[in-house]
Amino acid sequence: MRGKVVIAGVGHTVFGKLEGRSPVSLNVEACRKALNDASISKDEIDAVLVKYPTSKFQSKFGQTVAEALGIMPRIGGVWDQAGASGISMISFAAMAIEHDQCEVALVCMADNPRTGTRSAYAKPRGGADGSGTHGWVSTTAGYAMIARRHMGEHGTTEEQLAAVAINNRANGAKNPNAQLQIPITLDDYLQSRLIVDPLRRDDCCLISDGGAAVVVMSAERARKAGVEKPVPILGFGQGQTSWEVAQRPDLTRTMAHKSGATAFKMAGVSPKDIDVAQFYDCFTITPIMSLEDYGFCKHGDGGSFVSDGGIGWDGGLPFNTSGGLLSETGMPGMQLVIEGVRQMRGEANLQVRNAKKGIVSNQGGEMHTHSTLILGQ
Amino acid sequence: MDDDFPLPEVDQTNKPFWDGLSEGRLLFQKCDDCNYSWLPARQECPKCLGANYTWIEASGSGVMTSWVVYHTAFIPAYKDRLPYNVAIVKLAEGPQMATNIVGETDYSNFSIDHPVELAIEKEHGVNVARFRLIGAE
Repeated sequence: MRGKVVIAGVGHTVFGKLEGRSPVSLNVEACRKALNDASISKDEIDAVLVKYPTSKFQSKFGQTVAEALGIMPRIGGVWDQAGASGISMISFAAMAIEHDQCEVALVCMADNPRTGTRSAYAKPRGGADGSGTHGWVSTTAGYAMIARRHMGEHGTTEEQLAAVAINNRANGAKNPNAQLQIPITLDDYLQSRLIVDPLRRDDCCLISDGGAAVVVMSAERARKAGVEKPVPILGFGQGQTSWEVAQRPDLTRTMAHKSGATAFKMAGVSPKDIDVAQFYDCFTITPIMSLEDYGFCKHGDGGSFVSDGGIGWDGGLPFNTSGGLLSETGMPGMQLVIEGVRQMRGEANLQVRNAKKGIVSNQGGEMHTHSTLILGQ
Repeated sequence: MDDDFPLPEVDQTNKPFWDGLSEGRLLFQKCDDCNYSWLPARQECPKCLGANYTWIEASGSGVMTSWVVYHTAFIPAYKDRLPYNVAIVKLAEGPQMATNIVGETDYSNFSIDHPVELAIEKEHGVNVARFRLIGAE
Protein backbone atom coordinates (compact mmCIF):
# COMPACT_ATOMS: atom_id res chain seq x y z
CA MET A 1 0.00 0.00 0.00
CA ARG A 2 3.07 2.23 -0.37
CA GLY A 3 1.91 5.73 -1.38
CA LYS A 4 -1.77 4.79 -1.59
CA VAL A 5 -2.72 6.85 1.45
CA VAL A 6 -1.80 10.49 2.00
CA ILE A 7 -1.73 13.16 4.65
CA ALA A 8 -4.10 15.69 3.13
CA GLY A 9 -4.07 18.40 5.76
CA VAL A 10 -2.31 19.47 8.93
CA GLY A 11 -3.15 21.91 11.70
CA HIS A 12 -1.97 22.98 15.10
CA THR A 13 -2.56 25.53 17.82
CA VAL A 14 0.09 27.90 19.10
CA PHE A 15 2.38 26.19 21.57
CA GLY A 16 3.33 27.20 25.09
CA LYS A 17 1.32 28.44 28.02
CA LEU A 18 -2.35 28.42 27.07
CA GLU A 19 -4.10 29.27 30.31
CA GLY A 20 -7.67 28.06 30.51
CA ARG A 21 -7.63 25.94 27.34
CA SER A 22 -8.76 22.35 27.82
CA PRO A 23 -7.32 19.38 25.91
CA VAL A 24 -10.73 19.00 24.21
CA SER A 25 -10.72 22.61 23.04
CA LEU A 26 -7.13 22.38 21.80
CA ASN A 27 -7.99 19.20 19.86
CA VAL A 28 -10.97 20.92 18.24
CA GLU A 29 -8.90 23.96 17.20
CA ALA A 30 -6.19 21.74 15.70
CA CYS A 31 -8.80 19.66 13.83
CA ARG A 32 -10.54 22.79 12.49
CA LYS A 33 -7.21 24.00 11.12
CA ALA A 34 -6.33 20.61 9.62
CA LEU A 35 -9.73 20.42 7.89
CA ASN A 36 -9.26 23.95 6.51
CA ASP A 37 -5.77 23.06 5.35
CA ALA A 38 -7.14 20.04 3.47
CA SER A 39 -10.07 22.14 2.20
CA ILE A 40 -12.58 19.50 3.18
CA SER A 41 -15.75 19.56 5.25
CA LYS A 42 -15.97 17.81 8.59
CA ASP A 43 -18.93 15.89 7.14
CA GLU A 44 -16.42 13.83 5.17
CA ILE A 45 -14.72 12.58 8.36
CA ASP A 46 -15.67 9.06 9.39
CA ALA A 47 -12.80 8.24 11.74
CA VAL A 48 -11.55 10.23 14.74
CA LEU A 49 -8.42 8.86 16.39
CA VAL A 50 -7.12 10.66 19.46
CA LYS A 51 -4.12 10.31 21.73
CA TYR A 52 -5.18 10.38 25.35
CA PRO A 53 -3.84 13.42 27.26
CA THR A 54 -0.76 12.17 29.11
CA SER A 55 -1.08 14.63 31.95
CA LYS A 56 -4.53 13.45 33.00
CA PHE A 57 -6.17 10.22 31.93
CA GLN A 58 -9.81 10.53 30.91
CA SER A 59 -11.93 7.51 30.08
CA LYS A 60 -13.52 7.48 26.58
CA PHE A 61 -11.62 10.63 25.66
CA GLY A 62 -11.88 9.79 21.93
CA GLN A 63 -15.67 9.93 22.10
CA THR A 64 -15.50 13.18 24.06
CA VAL A 65 -13.39 14.79 21.34
CA ALA A 66 -15.62 13.42 18.54
CA GLU A 67 -18.65 14.88 20.28
CA ALA A 68 -16.98 18.27 20.61
CA LEU A 69 -16.24 18.05 16.88
CA GLY A 70 -19.88 17.22 16.20
CA ILE A 71 -18.83 14.02 14.43
CA MET A 72 -20.26 10.53 14.91
CA PRO A 73 -17.52 8.48 13.25
CA ARG A 74 -17.48 4.88 12.10
CA ILE A 75 -14.16 4.39 13.87
CA GLY A 76 -13.15 6.36 16.93
CA GLY A 77 -11.22 6.03 20.12
CA VAL A 78 -8.03 6.64 22.02
CA TRP A 79 -4.60 5.23 21.37
CA ASP A 80 -2.28 4.78 24.33
CA GLN A 81 1.36 4.41 23.34
CA ALA A 82 2.46 7.70 24.86
CA GLY A 83 4.73 9.53 22.38
CA ALA A 84 4.50 6.79 19.74
CA SER A 85 0.72 7.26 19.48
CA GLY A 86 0.66 9.88 16.71
CA ILE A 87 2.34 7.82 13.99
CA SER A 88 0.70 4.62 15.22
CA MET A 89 -2.75 6.24 14.83
CA ILE A 90 -1.84 7.50 11.34
CA SER A 91 -0.73 3.96 10.47
CA PHE A 92 -3.97 2.52 11.80
CA ALA A 93 -5.96 5.10 9.82
CA ALA A 94 -4.02 4.23 6.65
CA MET A 95 -4.71 0.51 7.07
CA ALA A 96 -8.39 1.13 7.86
CA ILE A 97 -8.75 3.32 4.75
CA GLU A 98 -6.99 0.73 2.58
CA HIS A 99 -9.46 -1.91 3.76
CA ASP A 100 -12.61 0.24 3.36
CA GLN A 101 -13.26 0.49 7.09
CA CYS A 102 -13.35 4.29 6.82
CA GLU A 103 -12.64 6.96 4.20
CA VAL A 104 -11.25 10.06 5.83
CA ALA A 105 -9.63 10.11 9.27
CA LEU A 106 -8.84 12.91 11.67
CA VAL A 107 -5.86 12.02 13.86
CA CYS A 108 -5.18 14.40 16.71
CA MET A 109 -3.57 15.03 20.07
CA ALA A 110 -3.67 17.84 22.60
CA ASP A 111 -2.75 18.37 26.21
CA ASN A 112 -2.24 21.13 28.75
CA PRO A 113 0.54 19.93 31.10
CA ARG A 114 1.98 23.44 31.28
CA THR A 115 -1.02 25.15 32.86
CA GLY A 116 -3.05 22.09 33.89
CA THR A 117 -1.92 19.18 36.02
CA ARG A 118 1.23 17.24 35.35
CA SER A 119 1.10 14.94 38.32
CA ALA A 120 0.75 11.99 35.97
CA TYR A 121 4.34 12.49 34.79
CA ALA A 122 5.74 11.57 38.20
CA LYS A 123 5.44 8.27 40.06
CA PRO A 124 5.05 9.63 43.58
CA ARG A 125 3.95 6.39 45.25
CA GLY A 126 6.07 3.79 46.98
CA GLY A 127 4.96 1.10 44.59
CA ALA A 128 4.49 -2.61 45.10
CA ASP A 129 8.18 -3.12 44.33
CA GLY A 130 9.29 -0.19 46.50
CA SER A 131 10.64 1.75 43.51
CA GLY A 132 9.22 4.99 44.89
CA THR A 133 10.63 4.11 48.31
CA HIS A 134 14.06 4.08 46.68
CA GLY A 135 13.33 7.46 45.11
CA TRP A 136 13.05 5.96 41.60
CA VAL A 137 10.60 8.47 40.12
CA SER A 138 10.30 10.71 37.03
CA THR A 139 10.58 10.13 33.33
CA THR A 140 13.77 12.19 33.22
CA ALA A 141 15.43 9.68 35.54
CA GLY A 142 14.46 6.77 33.28
CA TYR A 143 16.17 8.41 30.31
CA ALA A 144 19.12 9.43 32.51
CA MET A 145 19.58 5.78 33.47
CA ILE A 146 19.64 4.83 29.80
CA ALA A 147 21.99 7.70 28.94
CA ARG A 148 24.45 6.69 31.68
CA ARG A 149 24.62 3.13 30.38
CA HIS A 150 25.15 4.41 26.83
CA MET A 151 27.95 6.65 28.06
CA GLY A 152 29.56 3.77 29.93
CA GLU A 153 29.23 1.27 27.11
CA HIS A 154 30.00 3.46 24.14
CA GLY A 155 31.88 6.44 25.52
CA THR A 156 29.11 8.88 24.66
CA THR A 157 29.93 12.28 26.16
CA GLU A 158 27.94 15.24 27.46
CA GLU A 159 29.37 17.29 24.59
CA GLN A 160 27.75 14.79 22.21
CA LEU A 161 24.42 15.04 24.03
CA ALA A 162 24.82 18.81 23.73
CA ALA A 163 25.22 18.54 19.95
CA VAL A 164 21.58 17.43 19.69
CA ALA A 165 20.35 20.28 21.87
CA ILE A 166 22.47 22.85 19.98
CA ASN A 167 21.17 21.68 16.59
CA ASN A 168 17.52 21.53 17.58
CA ARG A 169 17.57 24.79 19.54
CA ALA A 170 19.25 26.57 16.60
CA ASN A 171 16.45 25.42 14.29
CA GLY A 172 13.78 26.31 16.84
CA ALA A 173 15.28 29.77 17.26
CA LYS A 174 14.40 30.44 13.62
CA ASN A 175 10.86 29.06 13.97
CA PRO A 176 8.47 31.93 14.76
CA ASN A 177 5.98 29.40 16.16
CA ALA A 178 8.48 27.73 18.51
CA GLN A 179 7.81 27.96 22.22
CA LEU A 180 11.53 28.45 22.95
CA GLN A 181 13.37 30.57 20.37
CA ILE A 182 16.71 30.84 22.14
CA PRO A 183 19.72 29.09 20.59
CA ILE A 184 22.40 27.67 22.89
CA THR A 185 26.15 27.18 22.80
CA LEU A 186 28.10 24.30 24.30
CA ASP A 187 29.00 26.58 27.23
CA ASP A 188 25.34 27.38 27.86
CA TYR A 189 24.59 23.68 27.82
CA LEU A 190 27.39 22.78 30.23
CA GLN A 191 26.24 25.52 32.60
CA SER A 192 22.61 24.43 32.63
CA ARG A 193 21.72 22.75 35.88
CA LEU A 194 21.69 19.00 36.41
CA ILE A 195 18.17 17.61 36.73
CA VAL A 196 19.02 13.94 37.07
CA ASP A 197 22.72 13.39 36.38
CA PRO A 198 23.79 12.81 33.62
CA LEU A 199 20.90 14.85 32.17
CA ARG A 200 20.82 18.64 32.41
CA ARG A 201 17.96 21.05 31.90
CA ASP A 202 19.01 21.55 28.28
CA ASP A 203 18.78 17.79 27.64
CA CYS A 204 15.08 17.85 28.51
CA CYS A 205 12.12 18.69 26.31
CA LEU A 206 9.77 21.55 26.98
CA ILE A 207 6.50 21.26 28.83
CA SER A 208 3.84 22.68 26.57
CA ASP A 209 0.15 23.20 26.12
CA GLY A 210 -1.09 22.74 22.58
CA GLY A 211 -2.81 20.59 20.01
CA ALA A 212 -2.09 19.16 16.56
CA ALA A 213 -4.06 17.21 13.98
CA VAL A 214 -3.71 15.64 10.55
CA VAL A 215 -6.24 14.50 7.95
CA VAL A 216 -5.60 11.08 6.37
CA MET A 217 -7.31 9.82 3.19
CA SER A 218 -6.55 7.74 0.10
CA ALA A 219 -4.39 9.27 -2.62
CA GLU A 220 -7.26 8.70 -5.02
CA ARG A 221 -9.74 10.59 -2.89
CA ALA A 222 -7.28 13.44 -2.41
CA ARG A 223 -6.89 13.67 -6.19
CA LYS A 224 -10.65 13.71 -6.75
CA ALA A 225 -11.20 16.25 -3.97
CA GLY A 226 -8.50 18.50 -5.42
CA VAL A 227 -6.35 18.48 -2.28
CA GLU A 228 -3.55 20.84 -3.13
CA LYS A 229 -0.48 19.17 -1.71
CA PRO A 230 -1.18 15.63 -0.55
CA VAL A 231 1.86 13.99 1.02
CA PRO A 232 2.03 10.24 0.37
CA ILE A 233 2.77 7.85 3.19
CA LEU A 234 5.47 5.51 1.90
CA GLY A 235 6.01 3.36 4.95
CA PHE A 236 5.33 2.90 8.62
CA GLY A 237 6.17 0.48 11.40
CA GLN A 238 6.07 -0.04 15.13
CA GLY A 239 8.07 -1.77 17.85
CA GLN A 240 7.84 -2.15 21.60
CA THR A 241 9.74 -3.31 24.59
CA SER A 242 7.35 -3.33 27.47
CA TRP A 243 9.99 -4.03 30.09
CA GLU A 244 10.33 -1.30 32.69
CA VAL A 245 13.69 0.45 32.56
CA ALA A 246 14.85 -1.48 35.64
CA GLN A 247 13.86 -4.77 33.99
CA ARG A 248 15.11 -4.10 30.48
CA PRO A 249 17.51 -6.72 29.09
CA ASP A 250 19.48 -4.14 27.07
CA LEU A 251 19.36 -0.47 28.06
CA THR A 252 21.13 0.78 24.95
CA ARG A 253 18.75 -0.58 22.33
CA THR A 254 15.65 1.38 21.23
CA MET A 255 12.73 -0.08 19.35
CA ALA A 256 13.68 2.11 16.37
CA HIS A 257 15.45 -0.97 15.02
CA LYS A 258 12.16 -2.86 14.87
CA SER A 259 9.80 -0.06 13.79
CA GLY A 260 12.39 1.30 11.35
CA ALA A 261 13.02 -2.07 9.71
CA THR A 262 9.27 -2.47 9.08
CA ALA A 263 8.88 1.08 7.75
CA PHE A 264 11.97 1.04 5.51
CA LYS A 265 10.94 -2.31 4.04
CA MET A 266 7.41 -1.07 3.33
CA ALA A 267 8.74 2.14 1.75
CA GLY A 268 11.41 0.27 -0.23
CA VAL A 269 14.09 2.70 0.92
CA SER A 270 17.04 2.75 3.32
CA PRO A 271 18.53 5.46 5.55
CA LYS A 272 20.78 6.73 2.73
CA ASP A 273 17.65 7.69 0.75
CA ILE A 274 16.37 9.99 3.49
CA ASP A 275 16.75 13.75 2.88
CA VAL A 276 15.33 15.15 6.11
CA ALA A 277 14.57 13.76 9.57
CA GLN A 278 12.25 14.68 12.45
CA PHE A 279 13.17 12.62 15.51
CA TYR A 280 11.49 12.42 18.89
CA ASP A 281 13.88 14.38 21.12
CA CYS A 282 12.21 14.18 24.52
CA PHE A 283 15.76 13.95 25.87
CA THR A 284 18.98 14.35 23.88
CA ILE A 285 19.95 10.70 24.31
CA THR A 286 16.81 9.58 22.45
CA PRO A 287 17.67 10.75 18.91
CA ILE A 288 21.28 9.60 19.37
CA MET A 289 20.13 6.06 20.05
CA SER A 290 17.35 6.18 17.45
CA LEU A 291 19.86 7.20 14.75
CA GLU A 292 21.90 4.10 15.62
CA ASP A 293 18.96 1.75 15.63
CA TYR A 294 17.57 3.04 12.34
CA GLY A 295 20.96 2.40 10.78
CA PHE A 296 22.02 5.99 10.08
CA CYS A 297 25.21 5.02 11.92
CA LYS A 298 26.59 1.97 13.70
CA HIS A 299 25.35 0.84 17.10
CA GLY A 300 27.23 2.87 19.71
CA ASP A 301 28.33 5.57 17.24
CA GLY A 302 25.31 7.87 17.66
CA GLY A 303 27.23 10.30 19.87
CA SER A 304 30.07 10.86 17.42
CA PHE A 305 27.56 10.90 14.53
CA VAL A 306 25.67 13.90 15.95
CA SER A 307 28.81 15.77 17.06
CA ASP A 308 30.86 15.17 13.91
CA GLY A 309 28.50 16.60 11.31
CA GLY A 310 26.16 13.64 10.82
CA ILE A 311 23.22 15.94 11.45
CA GLY A 312 22.77 19.57 10.49
CA TRP A 313 22.92 21.88 7.50
CA ASP A 314 26.57 21.51 6.55
CA GLY A 315 26.39 18.26 4.64
CA GLY A 316 24.71 16.27 7.39
CA LEU A 317 21.16 15.02 7.64
CA PRO A 318 18.92 18.07 8.19
CA PHE A 319 17.48 17.24 11.57
CA ASN A 320 14.48 18.44 13.57
CA THR A 321 14.12 21.39 11.26
CA SER A 322 11.41 23.11 13.33
CA GLY A 323 13.12 22.60 16.67
CA GLY A 324 11.59 19.35 17.91
CA LEU A 325 10.46 18.73 21.47
CA LEU A 326 13.50 20.63 22.76
CA SER A 327 12.49 23.90 21.13
CA GLU A 328 9.27 23.99 19.10
CA THR A 329 6.96 22.34 21.64
CA GLY A 330 7.17 19.50 24.13
CA MET A 331 4.01 18.00 22.59
CA PRO A 332 4.49 14.24 22.29
CA GLY A 333 5.16 13.82 18.60
CA MET A 334 2.53 15.14 16.21
CA GLN A 335 4.44 18.37 15.57
CA LEU A 336 7.21 16.21 14.09
CA VAL A 337 4.75 14.65 11.63
CA ILE A 338 3.49 18.12 10.67
CA GLU A 339 7.03 19.37 10.03
CA GLY A 340 7.71 16.21 8.00
CA VAL A 341 4.66 17.05 5.89
CA ARG A 342 5.75 20.70 5.43
CA GLN A 343 9.17 19.54 4.22
CA MET A 344 7.59 17.26 1.61
CA ARG A 345 5.28 20.05 0.48
CA GLY A 346 8.25 22.37 0.16
CA GLU A 347 6.78 24.92 2.55
CA ALA A 348 8.79 24.45 5.75
CA ASN A 349 10.16 27.47 7.56
CA LEU A 350 13.67 26.05 7.15
CA GLN A 351 13.09 24.17 3.91
CA VAL A 352 15.53 21.47 2.84
CA ARG A 353 16.10 22.04 -0.86
CA ASN A 354 15.00 19.17 -3.09
CA ALA A 355 13.92 17.05 -0.17
CA LYS A 356 12.15 14.03 -1.62
CA LYS A 357 11.89 11.66 1.29
CA GLY A 358 11.54 12.32 4.99
CA ILE A 359 11.48 10.18 8.09
CA VAL A 360 9.60 10.89 11.31
CA SER A 361 10.45 9.03 14.51
CA ASN A 362 7.95 8.85 17.37
CA GLN A 363 8.58 7.02 20.62
CA GLY A 364 7.09 6.97 24.06
CA GLY A 365 7.19 6.00 27.68
CA GLU A 366 10.80 5.50 28.65
CA MET A 367 11.75 4.12 25.23
CA HIS A 368 8.99 1.50 25.58
CA THR A 369 7.12 2.23 22.36
CA HIS A 370 8.30 3.28 18.92
CA SER A 371 6.69 4.18 15.61
CA THR A 372 8.17 5.33 12.33
CA LEU A 373 6.68 7.18 9.36
CA ILE A 374 8.35 7.61 5.97
CA LEU A 375 6.89 10.36 3.78
CA GLY A 376 7.40 11.12 0.10
CA GLN A 377 6.10 13.41 -2.60
CA MET B 1 7.03 15.37 55.84
CA ASP B 2 7.52 11.81 57.08
CA ASP B 3 3.84 11.16 56.57
CA ASP B 4 4.44 11.74 52.88
CA PHE B 5 7.24 9.20 52.61
CA PRO B 6 6.41 6.73 49.81
CA LEU B 7 6.47 3.43 51.66
CA PRO B 8 6.17 0.15 49.73
CA GLU B 9 2.62 -0.89 48.94
CA VAL B 10 2.44 -4.39 50.35
CA ASP B 11 -0.13 -6.76 48.91
CA GLN B 12 -0.78 -10.48 48.90
CA THR B 13 1.58 -11.08 45.98
CA ASN B 14 4.62 -9.16 47.21
CA LYS B 15 4.21 -9.81 50.94
CA PRO B 16 6.85 -12.61 50.98
CA PHE B 17 9.37 -10.17 49.43
CA TRP B 18 8.84 -7.53 52.12
CA ASP B 19 8.57 -10.13 54.92
CA GLY B 20 11.88 -11.60 53.73
CA LEU B 21 13.60 -8.23 53.94
CA SER B 22 12.21 -7.65 57.42
CA GLU B 23 13.99 -10.90 58.38
CA GLY B 24 17.19 -9.74 56.68
CA ARG B 25 16.85 -11.80 53.51
CA LEU B 26 16.41 -10.66 49.90
CA LEU B 27 14.03 -13.03 48.13
CA PHE B 28 13.14 -13.47 44.47
CA GLN B 29 10.64 -15.70 42.70
CA LYS B 30 11.74 -18.81 40.80
CA CYS B 31 9.41 -20.73 38.50
CA ASP B 32 8.84 -24.36 39.53
CA ASP B 33 8.12 -25.28 35.92
CA CYS B 34 10.82 -23.54 33.83
CA ASN B 35 13.32 -22.36 36.50
CA TYR B 36 13.16 -18.72 35.35
CA SER B 37 13.88 -16.22 38.14
CA TRP B 38 12.35 -12.77 38.44
CA LEU B 39 11.50 -9.63 40.37
CA PRO B 40 9.30 -7.69 41.06
CA ALA B 41 6.66 -9.99 42.50
CA ARG B 42 4.15 -11.43 40.03
CA GLN B 43 1.52 -14.13 40.20
CA GLU B 44 2.67 -15.80 36.99
CA CYS B 45 6.08 -16.55 35.51
CA PRO B 46 6.69 -13.98 32.75
CA LYS B 47 8.58 -16.61 30.75
CA CYS B 48 6.34 -19.73 30.71
CA LEU B 49 3.21 -18.11 32.28
CA GLY B 50 2.96 -20.89 34.86
CA ALA B 51 1.59 -19.99 38.29
CA ASN B 52 3.85 -22.26 40.35
CA TYR B 53 6.81 -20.55 41.93
CA THR B 54 9.00 -20.61 45.01
CA TRP B 55 10.54 -17.68 46.87
CA ILE B 56 14.34 -18.18 46.93
CA GLU B 57 16.92 -16.26 48.94
CA ALA B 58 19.35 -14.27 46.80
CA SER B 59 23.09 -14.53 47.43
CA GLY B 60 23.13 -10.74 47.66
CA SER B 61 25.78 -10.25 45.02
CA GLY B 62 25.21 -8.61 41.67
CA VAL B 63 26.36 -5.87 39.32
CA MET B 64 25.27 -2.28 38.87
CA THR B 65 23.89 -1.96 35.33
CA SER B 66 23.55 1.82 35.47
CA TRP B 67 22.92 4.64 37.92
CA VAL B 68 21.66 8.21 38.12
CA VAL B 69 22.05 11.02 40.63
CA TYR B 70 18.98 13.12 41.39
CA HIS B 71 19.50 16.87 41.69
CA THR B 72 15.75 17.49 41.68
CA ALA B 73 13.25 16.25 44.25
CA PHE B 74 10.26 15.16 42.21
CA ILE B 75 8.50 14.35 45.46
CA PRO B 76 8.84 16.41 48.63
CA ALA B 77 10.04 13.54 50.83
CA TYR B 78 13.37 13.45 48.96
CA LYS B 79 14.14 17.15 49.17
CA ASP B 80 16.50 16.78 52.12
CA ARG B 81 18.39 13.89 50.50
CA LEU B 82 19.58 15.66 47.34
CA PRO B 83 21.73 14.68 45.64
CA TYR B 84 20.81 11.02 45.98
CA ASN B 85 21.43 8.07 43.70
CA VAL B 86 19.27 5.34 42.19
CA ALA B 87 20.90 2.36 40.52
CA ILE B 88 19.73 -0.68 38.62
CA VAL B 89 21.25 -3.86 40.04
CA LYS B 90 21.23 -7.21 38.29
CA LEU B 91 21.43 -9.97 40.86
CA ALA B 92 23.79 -12.91 40.27
CA GLU B 93 20.68 -15.09 39.96
CA GLY B 94 19.23 -12.91 37.16
CA PRO B 95 16.45 -10.69 38.57
CA GLN B 96 16.93 -6.91 38.26
CA MET B 97 15.80 -4.14 40.58
CA ALA B 98 15.91 -0.40 41.12
CA THR B 99 17.78 0.37 44.33
CA ASN B 100 20.24 2.76 45.98
CA ILE B 101 23.99 2.46 46.41
CA VAL B 102 25.13 3.20 49.97
CA GLY B 103 28.53 3.81 51.54
CA GLU B 104 29.93 5.78 48.60
CA THR B 105 29.08 9.31 47.55
CA ASP B 106 32.08 9.93 45.28
CA TYR B 107 30.43 9.14 41.99
CA SER B 108 33.75 9.06 40.17
CA ASN B 109 34.08 5.61 41.79
CA PHE B 110 30.91 4.41 40.07
CA SER B 111 31.10 2.49 36.80
CA ILE B 112 28.73 0.33 34.80
CA ASP B 113 28.80 -3.36 35.68
CA HIS B 114 30.57 -2.60 38.97
CA PRO B 115 30.11 -5.54 41.40
CA VAL B 116 27.84 -4.84 44.37
CA GLU B 117 26.65 -6.63 47.49
CA LEU B 118 23.41 -6.44 49.46
CA ALA B 119 23.21 -3.91 52.31
CA ILE B 120 19.73 -4.05 53.86
CA GLU B 121 18.76 -0.79 55.57
CA LYS B 122 15.81 0.37 57.59
CA GLU B 123 13.84 3.11 55.86
CA HIS B 124 11.02 4.70 57.87
CA GLY B 125 10.64 1.45 59.80
CA VAL B 126 10.69 -0.80 56.74
CA ASN B 127 13.70 -2.89 55.67
CA VAL B 128 14.70 -2.16 52.07
CA ALA B 129 17.30 -3.77 49.81
CA ARG B 130 20.16 -1.41 49.10
CA PHE B 131 23.65 -2.29 47.86
CA ARG B 132 27.25 -1.23 48.36
CA LEU B 133 30.07 -1.28 45.86
CA ILE B 134 32.55 -4.12 46.29
CA GLY B 135 36.22 -3.25 46.17
CA ALA B 136 35.71 0.50 46.00
CA GLU B 137 38.85 2.45 46.89
